[in-house]
Amino acid sequence: MREPKISLAEVEHVARLARLMLSPAEKERMRSQLDTILAYIDTLRQLDTTDVEPTSHVVPMVNVMREDEVRPSYPQEAMLANAPDRAGEFFRVPKILEEEG
Amino acid sequence: MSPTALTVHAALTRLSAGELRASQLVRAYLDRIDALDRTIGAYLTVTRETALEQAAAADERWRAGNGVRPLEGIPLALKDVLCTRGVRTTCGSRILADFVPPYDATVVVRLSAAGAIVLGKTNMDEFAMGSSTENSAFHPTRNPWALDRVPGGSSGGAAAAAAADLAAGALGTDTGGSIRQPAALCGVVGLKPTYGRVSRYGLVAFASSLDQIGPIGKDVRDAALLLEAIAGHDPMDSTSADQPVPDYQAALGQGVEGLRVGIPNEYFVEGMDPEVEAAVWEAVRVLEKLGARPARVSLPHTPYAVATYYLIAPAEASSNLARYDGVKYGYRAPGGKDVIEMYGRTRAEGFGPEVKRRIMLGTYALSAGYYEAYYGKAQRVRTLIRRDFERAFAEVDVIVTPTSPSAAFRLGEKTEDPLQMYLSDIFTISVNLAGLPGVSLPCGFTAAGLPIGLQLIGQAFDEATLLRVAHAYEQATDWHTRRPPRAAGEAP
Repeated sequence: MREPKISLAEVEHVARLARLMLSPAEKERMRSQLDTILAYIDTLRQLDTTDVEPTSHVVPMVNVMREDEVRPSYPQEAMLANAPDRAGEFFRVPKILEEEG
Repeated sequence: MSPTALTVHAALTRLSAGELRASQLVRAYLDRIDALDRTIGAYLTVTRETALEQAAAADERWRAGNGVRPLEGIPLALKDVLCTRGVRTTCGSRILADFVPPYDATVVVRLSAAGAIVLGKTNMDEFAMGSSTENSAFHPTRNPWALDRVPGGSSGGAAAAAAADLAAGALGTDTGGSIRQPAALCGVVGLKPTYGRVSRYGLVAFASSLDQIGPIGKDVRDAALLLEAIAGHDPMDSTSADQPVPDYQAALGQGVEGLRVGIPNEYFVEGMDPEVEAAVWEAVRVLEKLGARPARVSLPHTPYAVATYYLIAPAEASSNLARYDGVKYGYRAPGGKDVIEMYGRTRAEGFGPEVKRRIMLGTYALSAGYYEAYYGKAQRVRTLIRRDFERAFAEVDVIVTPTSPSAAFRLGEKTEDPLQMYLSDIFTISVNLAGLPGVSLPCGFTAAGLPIGLQLIGQAFDEATLLRVAHAYEQATDWHTRRPPRAAGEAP
């Protein structure tokens, strides 16, 4: 049997980074599926890419410059219309900072 | 013949001759959707009232005889990943189930400016992640040719709508084959343009360096017409190319005499359905009879394309999907005691299993200690895959391959094995990694009566040659005239 490509602890770490709350059953299933996929992906190691430049985009990317002019933007109400929770002109969220004791 | 079976160009001829009214056409589609779509499941939202209003306006223009636009009165469907102002846009996800965009995607603006009418929004794999449309959070879509089979994905609703005459044509999106593979499985024409050919503004992002919007139609001319309406530079998408849009229809009918057609050795490998292989070779013979010159080419890094894609696409997706945090729009899970817990619950409840898998895979590949070994490596192999095509295109004008290794598979057949599902995109993925245009068109049927797709791959920004070859093949065969049993039978 080969070494597992990913451990349960790593799954938990990555889920925390990705802000995904996974149930214990989901974590185990995720570990086993990612393990299969990562083992398949390991075929890339057969290739020598020492002097190969990476491709992040297929088209040449250049900065697009324009004058910094004031232009109409969307009204505040349109931007708030999809908010799951709001208070007046604000998006309302659960508390972020601990209250000072 | 019911007007719903008309191609876009045939419908335009009749509208122009006064033999058909846009409101008749729209009503015929709406009636057909009412009768048939409970079975097929192509649509997530039908925009009945606005479609009828726009049809009345189109009839007025046709009647007046001036101000008639290139797609005046043509009813189309849009994959539900394209933002439509005032019409909910779900991406097939629970997390966007109630999202109503405040703006239209550029392609939607362009289609309306061309006179097209939107019938509704079509079903898809959640966030375009999948090859069967079974990852929709709402319902599966069934293949009009065989109801126990998938339509392909992720643009399965769009392809099924075009195949079952539930729309005159549709727009889909393609990140790893999501236009071409469902077009192949549903027996219609689907074109993924060159990266940058069509603006992505208002396309909800999955993998930004791979995503493109393209047409799905009943024949090649329709694909050309729709592409022409949506292509071109857009200041709202800095990756859209500032290059002129050719007259794609003018490229049709020029034949293939003397064109060099490449057949890549690496695309005819074990595991392919023999019926698919035979149909593709027969298509090569047809092209040869029409005057094309077939030649073997090699794309040696093909076996690495799926692995490369399943690092790059999830990495980009994990970053793009970080925006779904339950704050500004979309679903928010109740009960989070602080904002971090709220994010975690929202994303756990809002995303389906495949989306979670890809977010995890992408986050892992980008995380400290693994970035160079996984993401960096994949970007380097992507360069090798691009170079393969550059070398091949020094010798040939287009490349011919199967679109998918098999015809439509059964619902549920691959849902338990993500890797098997990923491998069904083996022939389409390289095209996205290299940023090239590709088209799938019907080239035969299996003994069981399922459509088989032929893929043509072209050079960057040379959709014209692609359409020219596709059209020549199509006109020499009659596959595109066959209708699925569900489409041929008139609405009950």
